[in-house]
Amino acid sequence: MEPILEVRDLAKDYPGQRALGGISLSIPQGSFFSLLGPSGCGKTTTLRLIAGFEEPTSGEVRIKGQVVNHCKPYERNVSTVFQSYALFPHLSARGNIEFGLKRHGITDSAARVAEVIKLVGLWGKEGRKPAQLSGGERQRVALARSLVLTPDVLLLDEPLAALDPKLRKQMRAELKAMQRRVGITFLLVTHDQEEALSMSDQLAVMNEGRIEQVGTPEDVYFRPCTRFVAGFLGAVNWIDGVGIRPEATRIAREAQNHGAKSFPALVTDSVFLGDCFQVVVRLATGEEAVAQVQHSSDVFQPGESVHICWNPADEILVA
Amino acid sequence: MKLRSWFVLPTWAWMVGLFAAPFAIVLAYSFLARGVYGGVERPWTLENYQRLLDPLYLTILLRSFGMALLATLLCLILAFPAALFISRSSRHKNLYLQLVMLPFWTSFLVRTYAWLFLLRDTGLVNTALQKVGIIHAPLQLLYNDGAVLLGLVYGYLPFMVLPIYATLERLDPSLPEAAADLGARPWPTVLRVILPLSRPGIVAGAILVFIPCLGAYLTPDLLGGGRTVLVGNLVQSQFTTARDWPFGAAVSMLLMLLVTLLVWGILRRESEQLT
Amino acid sequence: MKRWLGLYAVVFFAFLHLPLLTLSVFSFNSSRFTVWEHFSLDWYRAVFRDPELIEGTWNSVIVAVAATLISTVVGTLCAYGLWKRGSRLLTGTLYLSLVTPEIVTGISLLALFQWMFRWLHWHLGLYTVILAHVAFSIAYVVIVISARLRTISPNLEEAAMDLGASEWGAFFYVILPALGPGIIAAALLALTVSFDDYVITSMVAGVDSQTLPMVIYAMARRGASPVINAISALITVFFGLLIVISQRVREA
Repeated sequence: MEPILEVRDLAKDYPGQRALGGISLSIPQGSFFSLLGPSGCGKTTTLRLIAGFEEPTSGEVRIKGQVVNHCKPYERNVSTVFQSYALFPHLSARGNIEFGLKRHGITDSAARVAEVIKLVGLWGKEGRKPAQLSGGERQRVALARSLVLTPDVLLLDEPLAALDPKLRKQMRAELKAMQRRVGITFLLVTHDQEEALSMSDQLAVMNEGRIEQVGTPEDVYFRPCTRFVAGFLGAVNWIDGVGIRPEATRIAREAQNHGAKSFPALVTDSVFLGDCFQVVVRLATGEEAVAQVQHSSDVFQPGESVHICWNPADEILVA
Repeated sequence: MKLRSWFVLPTWAWMVGLFAAPFAIVLAYSFLARGVYGGVERPWTLENYQRLLDPLYLTILLRSFGMALLATLLCLILAFPAALFISRSSRHKNLYLQLVMLPFWTSFLVRTYAWLFLLRDTGLVNTALQKVGIIHAPLQLLYNDGAVLLGLVYGYLPFMVLPIYATLERLDPSLPEAAADLGARPWPTVLRVILPLSRPGIVAGAILVFIPCLGAYLTPDLLGGGRTVLVGNLVQSQFTTARDWPFGAAVSMLLMLLVTLLVWGILRRESEQLT
Repeated sequence: MKRWLGLYAVVFFAFLHLPLLTLSVFSFNSSRFTVWEHFSLDWYRAVFRDPELIEGTWNSVIVAVAATLISTVVGTLCAYGLWKRGSRLLTGTLYLSLVTPEIVTGISLLALFQWMFRWLHWHLGLYTVILAHVAFSIAYVVIVISARLRTISPNLEEAAMDLGASEWGAFFYVILPALGPGIIAAALLALTVSFDDYVITSMVAGVDSQTLPMVIYAMARRGASPVINAISALITVFFGLLIVISQRVREA
């Protein structure tokens, strides 16, 4: 099936810097796709190029196969949920949601509007103005405002960044469920790897204007292609030329030899985090490594000589 | 988005046509000679600027400068405690601000006329003083420098209060508390801690008061009765009764130069202070 | 110290308001002098019977309304244009127009008009006053609207276009309504500045186009008169009410 959104060799230059250095993506219809990366990696630039707020220096943006490079935002059937929500302060929640429909000349929309208000969970509050709504509620209005237009792709720019941590976790689940229900393709931009991993069908990890890897969350977490991807998706121990995640790293009193790799080390710290211990060790080479130790019948004290070991199958990357 | 270039076009047109062009014309006039029937005519000359060096006109310039400076200083002294009071009041801040702003919104002419009404021979001040018996004949309170100064201070006082208030509002309240904690008593705290920190507001207020005072016309004309001739009156007379447009133009250019230098100098110093 | 400040505040506000209050009180005095005779509305009757004052008021209203309409529209558009892309030259020129002494603005506009009239054979009139008032009001409007625009997120326009509005639509349906109270504030400022202006107006008004400040000024120069007290009181009350009402409207 043809991808609903395609980006080919997309590049964007600003005076003095190359924000995006020729990326290509193919996003399947109906999927939840994320662009993950640190600030300045070009993910928001990509989003803005797809939305039409800026024009690319080179390359193509294709929606449903059509090149839309020179189309204005109001000529493209994509809709954006901004990080700041950008709600219109003089209109009520309902007014905000109806805005797009009115601009498209659709007047007989009461049923559609009601449906989307219920979908985002704002029923009963649609008469309020943005100033009278909470942060979470404002986000729902922003979502509803875009969804009611049934865009080909819904673009979300760090939608959960402005919410407090508890609300964030709750919204993650809701967003995912919402996407499954309406079946619209979601393209989410975030710097939070937990967000990307928990919500996406597929994700692209970006760094310094380029895509480092595209894949499913498991692909990207367990089989990273580059050191950057490995390090960005989670903590990594680099030992003897391979990368191994702390949760796959174990501490033992004696050297292990049933197929596991094992290295002598000295415990330098042991931090109790509630659900596990994080034991920091120093190897003979001077490198540090962290092991995540659950339910320890064995408590390791700083100064003890131990062995750090793991199963070669758990290695995520050869450096 | 090319739309936005159209948006500034009308303003450009107005600024060029009704601000820059008139300015250029006056600049040109300042180098011309006085026409026989008024207006201007060739030859081009520096005579008008040379006339400015005449002690008569230099005196006027100096007096205007001095008057404006004095008015600004008085405004500062009067406004600062008021601004301090408002910023420290807990309950009716908005009310006090509105009370300060209210005179600003009513006519400047009316507010100047009020002093004409109060200070004239049959005015309230003289009548009251005579009633009480302090004086037996009315005092000449009007038509002198003092009345003009009073009119200027009264007219521009709100302009000094607001910027100072705005700066005081933004001050960290813990600073005077820290000072008190370290043993400083209220008044020295104000002088040594708060006053220096309100500098931006004071500078803004000073500009807002000094410049209009420098170019004042209405107040010296109405309350000075033609006896107090400041730069503003000088310019106006050249363009009306004296019919010496080129000289009036030269005086105007000088005034503009002073104003521009002042604003530019202050802005540069302030931005240097910030960096 | 708070006590001293409080005391000072009382004196300060008294100083600020007593002159106007006294002016207004004595506008009801039947005598011309500041010795209270008895309550009288004579001077107010004189105001409404004075053809010069009536015409002056009418002219002032026409000029103020016209100048406010034009400068608010022009200034708002300008502030918006500068918001999207700043122009130091234009901003600098606008600020310069604000600090220029009124008398200089006045004579320079007079010089311009007289120079033009050599070719056009027109005369000074109400229209020259309106042109002049717009020229000095634009800067005020731009400042007020620019300040308001700074509180508006730049995403707002993008969001509007994202949802289907054209550039014009975004400005008209989103930015303008969001600016609403700011536009009212700017218009009010332009209105008061225009109505009150004497210096510039006196230089560029035609013989038949005297505004209210000009009439009052001429009367005042002839000597103080209670008629001026009356008209002053009327002006003060009118603008005072206007400000208070607009504050209430904006807070609502």
